[in-house]
Amino acid sequence: MTRISRRDTMRVLAAAMAAGAAGAAGLPARAAGGKITVLNWQGYGTDEAWSLEAFATATGIEVVHDYFSSEAETLTKLRTNPGAYDVVLLNSARVSTAAMEGLIVPADLATIPNAANISADLLTNPNFAIDGKGFAVPWVWGMTSIAVREGVAKPASYKDLAAPAYAGRFAMNDDAMIAVALGALTTGQDLNDPADMEAVKEALKALKPNIKLLWSSEDQWNKSFAAGEFDVSMFWSGGSVRSRRNAGLPVDFVVPAEGAVVWVDGLAVAAGAPNPEGAAAFINWMIDPKFYVEWATKVGAPASANAQALAALPADDLSAQVHKPDYMVSKNVMSAMPDERREAFNAAWEEVKAFYAE
Amino acid sequence: MPNEASPLPGPQSPGTGLHDLRGPHSPRKIPGWAATTALLLPAYAWLTLAVFLPLATMFVFSFLNKTPMGQAPVEFTLRHYRAFIDQGYLVRIAWNTLVMGFWTTLICAVLGFFAALALVRCTAGRQRETLLVLILLPFWTNGLVRVFSWTMVLRENGFLDSLWHLVGDGSISFLYSRPAIVLGLVHGYLPYMILTCYIALITIDDAVIEAAQSLGARWGTVLTRILIPLAAPGLISGAVLTFVPVIGSFMEPRILGGKVGMTLGTVIEDQFTQAFNWPLGASLSFTLLAVVLAIFATFSGVLKRGAAA
Repeated sequence: MTRISRRDTMRVLAAAMAAGAAGAAGLPARAAGGKITVLNWQGYGTDEAWSLEAFATATGIEVVHDYFSSEAETLTKLRTNPGAYDVVLLNSARVSTAAMEGLIVPADLATIPNAANISADLLTNPNFAIDGKGFAVPWVWGMTSIAVREGVAKPASYKDLAAPAYAGRFAMNDDAMIAVALGALTTGQDLNDPADMEAVKEALKALKPNIKLLWSSEDQWNKSFAAGEFDVSMFWSGGSVRSRRNAGLPVDFVVPAEGAVVWVDGLAVAAGAPNPEGAAAFINWMIDPKFYVEWATKVGAPASANAQALAALPADDLSAQVHKPDYMVSKNVMSAMPDERREAFNAAWEEVKAFYAE
Repeated sequence: MPNEASPLPGPQSPGTGLHDLRGPHSPRKIPGWAATTALLLPAYAWLTLAVFLPLATMFVFSFLNKTPMGQAPVEFTLRHYRAFIDQGYLVRIAWNTLVMGFWTTLICAVLGFFAALALVRCTAGRQRETLLVLILLPFWTNGLVRVFSWTMVLRENGFLDSLWHLVGDGSISFLYSRPAIVLGLVHGYLPYMILTCYIALITIDDAVIEAAQSLGARWGTVLTRILIPLAAPGLISGAVLTFVPVIGSFMEPRILGGKVGMTLGTVIEDQFTQAFNWPLGASLSFTLLAVVLAIFATFSGVLKRGAAA
């Protein structure tokens, strides 16, 4: 979800540009016969050359890519180029929009055998399944929860974050969705739609004496953590793996009793796909443990939604240690939400931040 | 007043215009209005395109119920302009922002005025040019770099603490506080103040000061009765150039302010980058613009007198 908010920054711009460019720019190659077109972020798993070669050898299908630079652009591209794409990457919060608009078709799991290893809980999650029909196949996931400096007491619950032991040692993610989710989990509510927003705000306001700073980028987080400005923080699971692996920072990722805030990216078959069989074969390939282990160890990847793929990682793999399948709790997946609720989340977070600033 | 003695040409007589610039032998005369239009059109066309159109779009956005994008229909609403009533905490944030702007402007004015005074009265030639370039140097560095370098200085066990540890114990770090924000802002906007004061001070005739001194005026009297009044236009334009961007700033408060770094600027930025609520961001921006205009209207008498001085 944290990645979503980064992407959201460019939503309108991208939409405007895409709308303008749609007429001028050449349309992506039309997939036909032994060829499929995939729409994804650049460098996000599906376009690894070694994997595409192996896929072509195994199935005879050639894979062509088209990229988007924001999630809004994904939908715009699907709307303006019907029939151009076979497989499209969609975040859990976008699947329902795409499904409602008829941009994607339900996935036929009979043709995607590896989907059997995805937890039924996630496959039937309302983010991916509408009216009992699974639209996108969950592919990879990640979390936002607590990062703790080595040697500092680990919180067992989000409630512990307000403990005097962490006075002035806590860093919060400056993100309204994550903040409200934290407040909701602390007070035992649904993180996508907390019934009692006042309780959420109170829980967040209780953190005031402990809050040292509000971070907004991974780089800022790493610099401040390295300088010893805080010991405990809301942070991204993938970010904590990178901080430890690339920067050697002494950080542990902890998921307390209430669970983590989870985001999931899924792969869907586009409506009017020229090659739906090829699309299904490619999705199956993408959630295969063989591909995933190579991707995760060679390149670095988020956690696979396929439990077997995750289990196949080497035991000393940092990402495998952080992303335990138990943490993939379907009810904690960030979902699509109506504009009014989104606005209410943002207003609540602004109010809490104003309280911090007093 | 300082220019009275200088041999500048007087204002041109009403009959002369741009067309005379072509010289006396030109066979045809282009009417004055045509030349004026031709010269002004590119600039105004560009301004219209680059400033007024986006601003007008934002003004329209500020009355919509949601960011116009995708298929969802939009409606007109005034509710975003009620934000200061519906979300009472915004008033406190606005007050904090104005206080921050006041301190930044005041510190800039004091430091900038005396720096400009020193440049004008105590330096000359090469030396002055070098010093002026040194003042402009911060302008040539990226704002983010400036601010992040301050975080390295101000944070616990940063450069400032290292220096302090030579003489004392504990920490004097004040990163993530309001003074840290003001410090970063002063650093960023001081050059504007120095340059506007410098331009105002350099036009003051030495003879005026010598006359005052020959009549027995002390340094303090010269400063308060001659230098400050005569440099008021520079001080005022410097203050405007500082105050307006400072109360809209969001980068410095966010990076140097930590949890106290919430200003109207950061609230507006959040609406555009995080909340995807462009209408609210736009309406807050226009409210801020109205507040700035109200402040200037209140002090317009002072401003006019200053400008006329």
